[in-house]
Amino acid sequence: MRLNVTVNGEPREVDGVWEGESLLSALREHLDLPGSKNACEQGECGSCSVYLDGALVCACLVLAGQAEGREVVTVEGIADGEELHEIQRTFVEAGAVQCGFCTPGLIVASHDLLRRNPRPTDPEIREALAGNLCRCTGYEKILDAVRLAAERLS
Amino acid sequence: MQILQPGTWREALEMKTAHPEAVPIAGGTDVMVDVNFDRLRPAAMLDLTRVPELTAWEREDGRLRIGAGVTYTRLIADLGDELPGLAIASRTVGSPQIRNRGTVGGNLGTGSPAGDGLPPLFASDADVELASTAGTRVIPVAEFVTGPKRTALREDELIAAFLMPPAAGPQQFAKIGTRNAMVIAVCSLALALWPEERRVTACIGSAGPTPIRATEAEAFIAGVLEERDLWLAPDSLPESAARRFGELVEGAARPIDDVRGTASYRHHALGVLARRTLTWAWEAHRCG
Ligand SMILES: Cc1cc2nc3c(=O)[nH]c(=O)nc-3n(C[C@H](O)[C@H](O)[C@H](O)COP(=O)(O)OP(=O)(O)OC[C@H]3O[C@@H](n4cnc5c(N)ncnc54)[C@H](O)[C@@H]3O)c2cc1C
Ligand code: FES
Ligand code: FES
Repeated sequence: MRLNVTVNGEPREVDGVWEGESLLSALREHLDLPGSKNACEQGECGSCSVYLDGALVCACLVLAGQAEGREVVTVEGIADGEELHEIQRTFVEAGAVQCGFCTPGLIVASHDLLRRNPRPTDPEIREALAGNLCRCTGYEKILDAVRLAAERLS
Repeated sequence: MQILQPGTWREALEMKTAHPEAVPIAGGTDVMVDVNFDRLRPAAMLDLTRVPELTAWEREDGRLRIGAGVTYTRLIADLGDELPGLAIASRTVGSPQIRNRGTVGGNLGTGSPAGDGLPPLFASDADVELASTAGTRVIPVAEFVTGPKRTALREDELIAAFLMPPAAGPQQFAKIGTRNAMVIAVCSLALALWPEERRVTACIGSAGPTPIRATEAEAFIAGVLEERDLWLAPDSLPESAARRFGELVEGAARPIDDVRGTASYRHHALGVLARRTLTWAWEAHRCG
Protein backbone atom coordinates (compact mmCIF):
# COMPACT_ATOMS: atom_id res chain seq x y z
CA MET A 1 0.00 0.00 0.00
CA ARG A 2 0.96 3.64 -0.27
CA LEU A 3 1.64 5.64 2.88
CA ASN A 4 1.49 9.42 3.17
CA VAL A 5 2.89 10.78 6.38
CA THR A 6 4.62 13.94 7.53
CA VAL A 7 7.89 12.95 9.14
CA ASN A 8 10.06 15.50 10.93
CA GLY A 9 8.15 18.28 9.22
CA GLU A 10 8.49 16.86 5.72
CA PRO A 11 5.55 15.33 3.82
CA ARG A 12 6.61 11.90 2.61
CA GLU A 13 5.01 9.34 0.33
CA VAL A 14 6.17 5.75 0.07
CA ASP A 15 4.85 2.73 -1.79
CA GLY A 16 5.11 -0.93 -1.02
CA VAL A 17 4.34 -0.80 2.69
CA TRP A 18 2.68 -4.07 3.76
CA GLU A 19 -0.72 -3.48 5.39
CA GLY A 20 0.26 -5.29 8.57
CA GLU A 21 3.53 -3.42 8.97
CA SER A 22 4.23 -1.28 12.01
CA LEU A 23 5.10 2.39 11.85
CA LEU A 24 8.52 1.42 13.18
CA SER A 25 9.13 -0.86 10.25
CA ALA A 26 7.85 1.75 7.80
CA LEU A 27 10.25 4.33 9.26
CA ARG A 28 13.25 2.03 9.20
CA GLU A 29 12.65 0.04 6.03
CA HIS A 30 10.81 2.47 3.77
CA LEU A 31 11.52 5.99 4.97
CA ASP A 32 15.28 5.66 5.54
CA LEU A 33 15.02 6.68 9.16
CA PRO A 34 16.81 3.97 11.15
CA GLY A 35 17.21 6.14 14.27
CA SER A 36 14.23 4.54 16.02
CA LYS A 37 15.44 1.14 17.10
CA ASN A 38 13.74 -2.21 16.90
CA ALA A 39 14.51 -4.27 19.97
CA CYS A 40 11.38 -6.01 21.20
CA GLU A 41 8.44 -5.20 18.90
CA GLN A 42 6.12 -5.54 21.87
CA GLY A 43 6.10 -2.17 23.55
CA GLU A 44 8.36 -3.26 26.38
CA CYS A 45 11.64 -1.48 25.68
CA GLY A 46 10.79 1.98 24.34
CA SER A 47 13.70 2.03 21.86
CA CYS A 48 11.23 2.82 19.09
CA SER A 49 9.69 5.85 20.88
CA VAL A 50 8.48 8.59 18.52
CA TYR A 51 5.90 11.36 18.58
CA LEU A 52 2.67 10.64 16.73
CA ASP A 53 0.61 13.83 16.43
CA GLY A 54 2.51 15.12 19.44
CA ALA A 55 2.01 12.08 21.69
CA LEU A 56 4.88 9.84 22.77
CA VAL A 57 4.21 6.33 21.47
CA CYS A 58 5.98 3.09 20.68
CA ALA A 59 6.24 3.06 16.89
CA CYS A 60 6.26 -0.75 16.94
CA LEU A 61 2.67 -0.76 18.24
CA VAL A 62 1.28 1.68 15.68
CA LEU A 63 -0.02 0.13 12.49
CA ALA A 64 1.66 2.06 9.66
CA GLY A 65 -1.73 2.82 8.14
CA GLN A 66 -2.80 4.46 11.39
CA ALA A 67 -0.15 7.13 10.75
CA GLU A 68 -1.60 7.97 7.30
CA GLY A 69 -1.95 11.75 7.06
CA ARG A 70 -0.53 12.25 10.53
CA GLU A 71 2.63 13.88 11.87
CA VAL A 72 5.51 11.83 13.14
CA VAL A 73 8.64 13.16 14.80
CA THR A 74 11.50 10.72 15.25
CA VAL A 75 14.81 11.06 17.04
CA GLU A 76 16.24 12.35 13.76
CA GLY A 77 13.89 15.32 14.11
CA ILE A 78 15.01 16.22 17.63
CA ALA A 79 18.38 17.61 16.55
CA ASP A 80 18.51 20.83 14.54
CA GLY A 81 20.38 19.58 11.47
CA GLU A 82 23.93 18.81 12.58
CA GLU A 83 23.38 20.74 15.81
CA LEU A 84 22.57 18.36 18.68
CA HIS A 85 19.66 19.15 20.98
CA GLU A 86 20.66 20.00 24.54
CA ILE A 87 19.25 16.66 25.72
CA GLN A 88 21.47 14.81 23.26
CA ARG A 89 24.49 16.80 24.39
CA THR A 90 23.89 16.08 28.07
CA PHE A 91 23.51 12.35 27.33
CA VAL A 92 26.99 12.43 25.78
CA GLU A 93 28.47 14.60 28.54
CA ALA A 94 27.00 12.59 31.40
CA GLY A 95 28.18 9.28 29.93
CA ALA A 96 24.60 8.11 29.52
CA VAL A 97 25.41 6.40 26.23
CA GLN A 98 27.21 3.07 26.22
CA CYS A 99 26.17 0.70 23.41
CA GLY A 100 23.67 3.38 22.41
CA PHE A 101 20.85 1.09 21.40
CA CYS A 102 18.40 2.52 23.92
CA THR A 103 19.54 6.11 23.42
CA PRO A 104 17.21 7.24 20.59
CA GLY A 105 14.14 6.14 22.52
CA LEU A 106 15.40 7.69 25.74
CA ILE A 107 16.15 10.97 23.96
CA VAL A 108 12.62 11.21 22.60
CA ALA A 109 11.07 10.17 25.94
CA SER A 110 13.24 12.66 27.88
CA HIS A 111 12.35 15.36 25.35
CA ASP A 112 8.68 14.63 25.94
CA LEU A 113 9.16 14.80 29.71
CA LEU A 114 10.99 18.14 29.69
CA ARG A 115 8.47 19.62 27.28
CA ARG A 116 5.64 18.77 29.69
CA ASN A 117 7.54 19.29 32.90
CA PRO A 118 10.67 21.47 32.62
CA ARG A 119 11.82 20.86 36.22
CA PRO A 120 10.99 17.24 37.01
CA THR A 121 11.77 15.65 40.35
CA ASP A 122 13.69 12.37 40.41
CA PRO A 123 10.56 10.26 40.88
CA GLU A 124 8.99 12.11 37.95
CA ILE A 125 12.00 11.36 35.75
CA ARG A 126 11.88 7.69 36.73
CA GLU A 127 8.16 7.52 36.04
CA ALA A 128 8.50 9.23 32.64
CA LEU A 129 11.30 6.89 31.57
CA ALA A 130 9.75 3.72 33.02
CA GLY A 131 8.93 2.47 29.53
CA ASN A 132 12.52 2.68 28.28
CA LEU A 133 14.94 -0.13 29.03
CA CYS A 134 18.72 0.18 29.06
CA ARG A 135 20.89 -2.90 29.46
CA CYS A 136 24.18 -1.06 29.90
CA THR A 137 24.22 2.09 31.99
CA GLY A 138 22.34 1.14 35.12
CA TYR A 139 20.24 4.29 34.55
CA GLU A 140 22.13 6.53 36.99
CA LYS A 141 23.93 8.41 34.22
CA ILE A 142 20.71 8.69 32.27
CA LEU A 143 19.14 10.39 35.29
CA ASP A 144 22.20 12.67 35.49
CA ALA A 145 21.78 13.57 31.82
CA VAL A 146 18.11 14.44 32.20
CA ARG A 147 18.74 16.50 35.35
CA LEU A 148 21.52 18.39 33.58
CA ALA A 149 19.37 19.02 30.51
CA ALA A 150 16.52 20.28 32.70
CA GLU A 151 18.90 22.66 34.42
CA ARG A 152 20.32 24.01 31.17
CA LEU A 153 17.03 24.29 29.36
CA SER A 154 15.16 26.19 32.02
CA MET B 1 -4.60 -7.81 4.41
CA GLN B 2 -7.09 -5.03 4.01
CA ILE B 3 -7.14 -1.94 6.19
CA LEU B 4 -10.51 -0.33 6.73
CA GLN B 5 -10.44 3.23 7.99
CA PRO B 6 -13.87 4.59 8.86
CA GLY B 7 -14.11 8.31 9.61
CA THR B 8 -17.39 8.15 11.50
CA TRP B 9 -19.10 5.76 13.90
CA ARG B 10 -21.85 5.01 11.40
CA GLU B 11 -19.25 4.08 8.80
CA ALA B 12 -17.39 1.92 11.33
CA LEU B 13 -20.55 -0.07 12.07
CA GLU B 14 -21.33 -0.49 8.38
CA MET B 15 -17.81 -1.72 7.69
CA LYS B 16 -18.03 -4.19 10.58
CA THR B 17 -21.31 -5.54 9.19
CA ALA B 18 -19.79 -5.88 5.72
CA HIS B 19 -16.54 -7.38 7.08
CA PRO B 20 -17.36 -9.29 10.27
CA GLU B 21 -13.91 -10.93 10.08
CA ALA B 22 -12.13 -7.56 10.35
CA VAL B 23 -10.17 -7.20 13.61
CA PRO B 24 -10.75 -3.81 15.25
CA ILE B 25 -7.63 -1.93 16.23
CA ALA B 26 -7.66 1.06 18.60
CA GLY B 27 -4.38 1.84 20.40
CA GLY B 28 -2.92 -1.38 19.01
CA THR B 29 -1.08 -2.15 22.25
CA ASP B 30 -2.55 -5.65 22.35
CA VAL B 31 -3.28 -6.21 18.65
CA MET B 32 0.09 -5.12 17.26
CA VAL B 33 2.06 -7.39 19.57
CA ASP B 34 0.19 -10.34 18.04
CA VAL B 35 0.65 -9.01 14.50
CA ASN B 36 4.38 -8.37 15.04
CA PHE B 37 4.86 -11.89 16.36
CA ASP B 38 2.91 -13.57 13.56
CA ARG B 39 0.22 -14.76 15.95
CA LEU B 40 -2.44 -12.75 14.17
CA ARG B 41 -2.85 -12.43 10.40
CA PRO B 42 -6.40 -11.18 9.91
CA ALA B 43 -7.84 -10.75 6.44
CA ALA B 44 -8.76 -7.22 7.44
CA MET B 45 -8.19 -4.71 10.22
CA LEU B 46 -10.64 -2.01 11.18
CA ASP B 47 -8.77 1.08 12.36
CA LEU B 48 -10.92 2.89 14.92
CA THR B 49 -8.53 5.78 15.60
CA ARG B 50 -10.26 8.08 13.11
CA VAL B 51 -13.71 7.76 14.63
CA PRO B 52 -14.26 10.96 16.64
CA GLU B 53 -17.30 9.59 18.51
CA LEU B 54 -15.12 6.99 20.21
CA THR B 55 -12.82 9.52 21.86
CA ALA B 56 -15.60 11.60 23.40
CA TRP B 57 -17.04 11.34 26.90
CA GLU B 58 -20.15 12.93 28.33
CA ARG B 59 -22.63 12.90 31.20
CA GLU B 60 -25.77 10.86 30.73
CA ASP B 61 -28.47 10.46 33.38
CA GLY B 62 -26.07 11.00 36.25
CA ARG B 63 -23.50 8.60 34.85
CA LEU B 64 -20.42 9.12 32.74
CA ARG B 65 -20.50 7.67 29.25
CA ILE B 66 -16.93 7.23 28.08
CA GLY B 67 -16.08 6.41 24.49
CA ALA B 68 -14.23 3.13 23.98
CA GLY B 69 -11.35 5.02 22.35
CA VAL B 70 -10.48 7.35 25.25
CA THR B 71 -6.85 6.67 26.19
CA TYR B 72 -5.58 6.02 29.71
CA THR B 73 -3.65 9.30 29.57
CA ARG B 74 -6.83 11.24 28.88
CA LEU B 75 -8.83 9.32 31.47
CA ILE B 76 -6.26 10.29 34.09
CA ALA B 77 -6.17 13.93 32.97
CA ASP B 78 -9.89 14.53 32.33
CA LEU B 79 -11.68 12.14 34.65
CA GLY B 80 -9.22 11.51 37.47
CA ASP B 81 -11.39 13.41 39.99
CA GLU B 82 -14.64 11.72 39.08
CA LEU B 83 -13.29 8.22 38.56
CA PRO B 84 -10.39 8.01 40.99
CA GLY B 85 -10.35 4.21 41.13
CA LEU B 86 -10.12 3.83 37.37
CA ALA B 87 -7.55 6.64 37.26
CA ILE B 88 -5.30 4.90 39.81
CA ALA B 89 -5.57 1.70 37.80
CA SER B 90 -4.83 3.60 34.59
CA ARG B 91 -1.66 5.03 36.09
CA THR B 92 -0.38 1.50 36.64
CA VAL B 93 -0.84 0.50 33.00
CA GLY B 94 2.42 -0.03 31.13
CA SER B 95 4.39 3.15 30.56
CA PRO B 96 3.65 6.68 29.30
CA GLN B 97 3.96 5.35 25.74
CA ILE B 98 1.38 2.61 26.41
CA ARG B 99 -1.00 4.92 28.29
CA ASN B 100 -0.88 7.46 25.44
CA ARG B 101 -2.27 4.82 23.05
CA GLY B 102 -4.02 2.15 25.09
CA THR B 103 -7.76 2.43 25.72
CA VAL B 104 -10.30 0.92 28.10
CA GLY B 105 -12.23 -0.19 25.00
CA GLY B 106 -9.19 -2.24 24.03
CA ASN B 107 -8.85 -3.59 27.58
CA LEU B 108 -12.49 -4.73 27.38
CA GLY B 109 -12.00 -6.10 23.86
CA THR B 110 -9.08 -8.22 25.03
CA GLY B 111 -11.00 -9.28 28.12
CA SER B 112 -7.90 -10.51 29.95
CA PRO B 113 -8.45 -11.33 33.63
CA ALA B 114 -5.28 -9.27 34.17
CA GLY B 115 -6.69 -6.17 32.44
CA ASP B 116 -6.21 -3.40 34.99
CA GLY B 117 -9.12 -1.34 33.70
CA LEU B 118 -11.63 -4.06 34.45
CA PRO B 119 -11.74 -4.37 38.29
CA PRO B 120 -12.62 -0.67 38.73
CA LEU B 121 -15.41 -1.08 36.17
CA PHE B 122 -16.73 -4.16 37.99
CA ALA B 123 -16.53 -2.39 41.36
CA SER B 124 -18.66 0.44 39.99
CA ASP B 125 -21.20 -1.86 38.30
CA ALA B 126 -20.33 -0.31 34.95
CA ASP B 127 -22.23 -1.13 31.79
CA VAL B 128 -20.77 -1.70 28.36
CA GLU B 129 -22.51 -0.28 25.30
CA LEU B 130 -22.27 -2.48 22.22
CA ALA B 131 -23.49 -1.50 18.80
CA SER B 132 -24.02 -2.85 15.32
CA THR B 133 -25.98 -1.64 12.33
CA ALA B 134 -28.87 -3.63 13.82
CA GLY B 135 -28.94 -1.59 17.00
CA THR B 136 -27.43 -0.93 20.40
CA ARG B 137 -27.42 -3.01 23.59
CA VAL B 138 -26.15 -2.10 27.01
CA ILE B 139 -25.00 -4.92 29.27
CA PRO B 140 -23.33 -5.11 32.70
CA VAL B 141 -19.56 -5.44 32.44
CA ALA B 142 -19.79 -8.68 34.44
CA GLU B 143 -21.87 -10.15 31.62
CA PHE B 144 -19.58 -8.72 28.96
CA VAL B 145 -16.47 -10.54 30.18
CA THR B 146 -17.42 -14.20 29.95
CA GLY B 147 -14.08 -15.96 30.48
CA PRO B 148 -10.35 -15.55 30.10
CA LYS B 149 -10.02 -13.40 26.95
CA ARG B 150 -13.60 -14.21 26.08
CA THR B 151 -16.34 -11.62 25.77
CA ALA B 152 -19.98 -11.33 24.78
CA LEU B 153 -19.09 -9.18 21.76
CA ARG B 154 -20.76 -10.49 18.60
CA GLU B 155 -18.97 -10.62 15.26
CA ASP B 156 -20.91 -7.72 13.82
CA GLU B 157 -20.60 -5.55 16.92
CA LEU B 158 -18.22 -2.92 18.17
CA ILE B 159 -17.76 -1.55 21.69
CA ALA B 160 -19.10 1.99 21.66
CA ALA B 161 -18.56 3.08 25.24
CA PHE B 162 -18.74 2.15 28.89
CA LEU B 163 -20.99 3.80 31.42
CA MET B 164 -20.27 4.23 35.09
CA PRO B 165 -21.30 6.44 37.97
CA PRO B 166 -18.90 9.11 39.16
CA ALA B 167 -17.34 8.23 42.51
CA ALA B 168 -19.62 8.86 45.47
CA GLY B 169 -16.83 8.31 48.00
CA PRO B 170 -13.19 7.28 48.15
CA GLN B 171 -11.95 4.64 45.70
CA GLN B 172 -8.77 2.62 45.61
CA PHE B 173 -6.88 0.28 43.35
CA ALA B 174 -3.78 -1.73 44.23
CA LYS B 175 -1.74 -4.08 42.09
CA ILE B 176 1.04 -6.54 42.79
CA GLY B 177 3.92 -6.82 40.34
CA THR B 178 7.67 -7.13 40.21
CA ARG B 179 8.19 -3.43 39.56
CA ASN B 180 6.18 -0.25 39.69
CA ALA B 181 5.80 0.05 35.92
CA MET B 182 5.35 -2.22 32.95
CA VAL B 183 3.95 -5.20 34.75
CA ILE B 184 1.07 -7.49 34.13
CA ALA B 185 -0.68 -7.75 37.48
CA VAL B 186 0.12 -10.79 39.60
CA CYS B 187 -3.15 -9.84 41.25
CA SER B 188 -5.01 -6.62 41.90
CA LEU B 189 -7.90 -5.21 43.85
CA ALA B 190 -10.31 -2.35 43.16
CA LEU B 191 -12.38 -1.00 46.04
CA ALA B 192 -15.03 1.71 46.28
CA LEU B 193 -17.08 3.25 49.09
CA TRP B 194 -20.64 4.39 48.42
CA PRO B 195 -21.53 6.24 51.65
CA GLU B 196 -25.03 7.24 50.61
CA GLU B 197 -25.97 3.70 49.73
CA ARG B 198 -23.93 2.44 52.70
CA ARG B 199 -22.13 0.00 50.48
CA VAL B 200 -18.55 -1.11 49.94
CA THR B 201 -17.68 -2.82 46.66
CA ALA B 202 -14.53 -4.77 45.88
CA CYS B 203 -13.34 -6.56 42.77
CA ILE B 204 -10.40 -8.92 42.41
CA GLY B 205 -8.26 -8.80 39.27
CA SER B 206 -5.87 -11.36 37.81
CA ALA B 207 -6.81 -14.16 40.19
CA GLY B 208 -9.50 -16.07 38.33
CA PRO B 209 -10.86 -16.56 34.81
CA THR B 210 -12.51 -13.12 34.95
CA PRO B 211 -12.43 -10.28 37.46
CA ILE B 212 -14.38 -11.43 40.54
CA ARG B 213 -16.58 -9.33 42.81
CA ALA B 214 -15.94 -10.25 46.45
CA THR B 215 -19.61 -10.20 47.38
CA GLU B 216 -19.32 -11.99 50.71
CA ALA B 217 -16.63 -9.60 51.87
CA GLU B 218 -18.77 -6.67 50.68
CA ALA B 219 -21.79 -7.89 52.67
CA PHE B 220 -19.68 -8.57 55.75
CA ILE B 221 -18.14 -5.11 55.91
CA ALA B 222 -21.45 -3.40 55.12
CA GLY B 223 -22.89 -5.30 58.09
CA VAL B 224 -20.11 -4.21 60.43
CA LEU B 225 -20.42 -0.56 59.39
CA GLU B 226 -24.17 -0.69 59.83
CA GLU B 227 -24.11 -2.45 63.17
CA ARG B 228 -21.64 0.02 64.65
CA ASP B 229 -23.31 2.96 62.96
CA LEU B 230 -19.97 3.95 61.47
CA TRP B 231 -21.33 5.64 58.33
CA LEU B 232 -22.95 8.33 60.48
CA ALA B 233 -20.26 8.70 63.10
CA PRO B 234 -17.18 7.70 61.21
CA ASP B 235 -14.65 6.23 63.55
CA SER B 236 -11.64 4.06 62.76
CA LEU B 237 -12.45 0.61 61.44
CA PRO B 238 -12.02 -2.15 63.99
CA GLU B 239 -8.84 -3.96 63.02
CA SER B 240 -10.53 -7.33 63.34
CA ALA B 241 -13.14 -6.27 60.77
CA ALA B 242 -10.50 -5.18 58.26
CA ARG B 243 -8.71 -8.48 58.80
CA ARG B 244 -11.87 -10.51 58.31
CA PHE B 245 -12.67 -8.49 55.19
CA GLY B 246 -9.22 -9.42 53.85
CA GLU B 247 -9.82 -13.10 54.58
CA LEU B 248 -13.14 -13.06 52.76
CA VAL B 249 -11.60 -11.36 49.71
CA GLU B 250 -8.81 -13.91 49.80
CA GLY B 251 -11.41 -16.66 49.87
CA ALA B 252 -13.29 -15.25 46.88
CA ALA B 253 -10.26 -15.45 44.60
CA ARG B 254 -9.87 -18.37 42.20
CA PRO B 255 -6.25 -18.03 41.16
CA ILE B 256 -3.99 -20.48 39.37
CA ASP B 257 -0.25 -21.09 39.52
CA ASP B 258 1.50 -19.45 36.59
CA VAL B 259 4.80 -17.81 35.66
CA ARG B 260 3.87 -14.62 37.48
CA GLY B 261 3.02 -16.20 40.80
CA THR B 262 1.55 -19.13 42.64
CA ALA B 263 -2.07 -19.45 43.59
CA SER B 264 -1.24 -19.45 47.28
CA TYR B 265 0.81 -16.27 46.96
CA ARG B 266 -2.09 -14.60 45.14
CA HIS B 267 -4.54 -15.61 47.88
CA HIS B 268 -2.24 -14.19 50.52
CA ALA B 269 -1.47 -10.99 48.62
CA LEU B 270 -5.15 -10.30 47.97
CA GLY B 271 -5.91 -10.50 51.67
CA VAL B 272 -3.25 -7.88 52.28
CA LEU B 273 -4.42 -5.65 49.41
CA ALA B 274 -8.02 -5.87 50.60
CA ARG B 275 -7.14 -4.89 54.14
CA ARG B 276 -4.96 -2.01 52.97
CA THR B 277 -7.28 -0.56 50.34
CA LEU B 278 -10.23 -0.75 52.73
CA THR B 279 -8.27 1.02 55.45
CA TRP B 280 -7.00 3.72 53.07
CA ALA B 281 -10.45 4.35 51.65
CA TRP B 282 -12.11 4.35 55.05
CA GLU B 283 -9.55 6.78 56.49
CA ALA B 284 -10.09 9.06 53.48
CA HIS B 285 -13.84 8.91 54.09
CA ARG B 286 -13.46 9.51 57.80
CA CYS B 287 -11.08 12.41 57.49
CA GLY B 288 -13.07 13.92 54.62
C1 LIG C 1 4.32 -2.99 27.06
C2 LIG C 1 2.87 -3.21 27.42
C3 LIG C 1 2.45 -3.04 28.71
C4 LIG C 1 1.13 -3.24 29.07
N1 LIG C 1 0.76 -3.07 30.35
C5 LIG C 1 -0.53 -3.27 30.70
C6 LIG C 1 -0.93 -3.10 32.05
O1 LIG C 1 -0.12 -2.73 32.93
N2 LIG C 1 -2.23 -3.33 32.37
C7 LIG C 1 -3.15 -3.69 31.41
O2 LIG C 1 -4.31 -3.87 31.73
N3 LIG C 1 -2.79 -3.86 30.13
C8 LIG C 1 -1.50 -3.66 29.76
N4 LIG C 1 -1.14 -3.85 28.46
C9 LIG C 1 -2.14 -4.32 27.50
C10 LIG C 1 -2.85 -3.21 26.71
O3 LIG C 1 -2.13 -2.00 26.72
C11 LIG C 1 -4.25 -2.92 27.26
O4 LIG C 1 -5.04 -4.09 27.24
C12 LIG C 1 -4.96 -1.81 26.51
O5 LIG C 1 -6.08 -1.39 27.23
C13 LIG C 1 -5.40 -2.20 25.10
O6 LIG C 1 -5.99 -1.08 24.49
P1 LIG C 1 -5.73 -0.74 22.95
O7 LIG C 1 -6.58 0.42 22.61
O8 LIG C 1 -4.30 -0.61 22.66
O9 LIG C 1 -6.31 -2.07 22.28
P2 LIG C 1 -6.03 -2.76 20.88
O10 LIG C 1 -4.75 -3.49 20.91
O11 LIG C 1 -6.24 -1.80 19.77
O12 LIG C 1 -7.25 -3.79 20.89
C14 LIG C 1 -7.35 -4.78 21.88
C15 LIG C 1 -8.54 -5.70 21.58
O13 LIG C 1 -9.76 -5.01 21.67
C16 LIG C 1 -10.45 -5.00 20.43
N5 LIG C 1 -11.06 -3.66 20.32
C17 LIG C 1 -10.45 -2.46 20.56
N6 LIG C 1 -11.36 -1.46 20.47
C18 LIG C 1 -12.55 -2.05 20.15
C19 LIG C 1 -13.88 -1.55 19.93
N7 LIG C 1 -14.17 -0.23 20.03
N8 LIG C 1 -14.84 -2.43 19.64
C20 LIG C 1 -14.58 -3.76 19.56
N9 LIG C 1 -13.36 -4.30 19.78
C21 LIG C 1 -12.36 -3.45 20.06
C22 LIG C 1 -9.40 -5.33 19.40
O14 LIG C 1 -9.95 -5.96 18.25
C23 LIG C 1 -8.52 -6.28 20.18
O15 LIG C 1 -9.09 -7.54 20.23
C24 LIG C 1 0.18 -3.62 28.08
C25 LIG C 1 0.60 -3.77 26.75
C26 LIG C 1 1.92 -3.56 26.41
C27 LIG C 1 2.36 -3.71 24.99
S1 FES D 1 10.75 -2.02 19.83
FE1 FES D 1 8.99 -0.88 20.30
S2 FES D 1 9.01 -0.91 22.45
FE2 FES D 1 10.64 -2.24 21.97
S1 FES E 1 23.38 2.11 26.45
FE1 FES E 1 23.24 0.05 25.87
S2 FES E 1 21.14 -0.36 26.19
FE2 FES E 1 21.35 1.58 27.00
